[in-house]
Amino acid sequence: MQVKIVEQAFDPWQEIQQFQNSAQEMSGKFGATSVFVGTMRDFNEGDNVKGMSLEHYPGMTEKQLTDIVAETKQQWSVIDVLVVHRVGDVFPDEPIVLVAVWASHRGDAFDSSRYIMEALKSKAPFWKKEILLTDAERWVDQNTDGYL
Amino acid sequence: MSIKVRYFASLKEAIGRGEDELAFVNTVSVAGVWVMANEDKARPDNILAAVNMEYVSFDYLVNDGDEVAFFPPVTGG
Repeated sequence: MQVKIVEQAFDPWQEIQQFQNSAQEMSGKFGATSVFVGTMRDFNEGDNVKGMSLEHYPGMTEKQLTDIVAETKQQWSVIDVLVVHRVGDVFPDEPIVLVAVWASHRGDAFDSSRYIMEALKSKAPFWKKEILLTDAERWVDQNTDGYL
Repeated sequence: MSIKVRYFASLKEAIGRGEDELAFVNTVSVAGVWVMANEDKARPDNILAAVNMEYVSFDYLVNDGDEVAFFPPVTGG
């Protein structure tokens, strides 16, 4: 399992490749990889957004994400998990979050990656402040329900 | 007893500071910590609390050396 908080733009596909190459013990064992990439949009709630600033609670963020992955491994048959999340200044089209799960079968891969993502959205202490095209700034006050 | 109190995001901006150091004698709950640190400011209804980086309810009793954090609903991902 790996949980990474990064301050610079990252390439989720490169992260997946690197992780998979370094996890030699997975070789021959995984039959399903489920990947979720969350990317910054240039619009929200009817406004044009040109950037955002992502704050977090160092230490608690890693702890919560590690706990979420541990819970996931108890509930599903999962071989390994990679979670990467941006902090700092983020711009449209840049990835914000990557959740990748390797499992033997697709059911565990699909369902556990969804669980990790929804748990991250409700528990991991990150906060987004949007910068609108007008230069006005506003905090995002809550996440949308992922099941709607 | 002494504890550190931390604030994040919009709450930190609203309060105008990121942390407090508090010293006290009697046992105090997380709700009591807010009152001690922010006596003139009502606790917003939607804020969350953590002690030593784990979520807790506001009636949780803090111990010497604890780090108490208050913050708005999280919006990562």
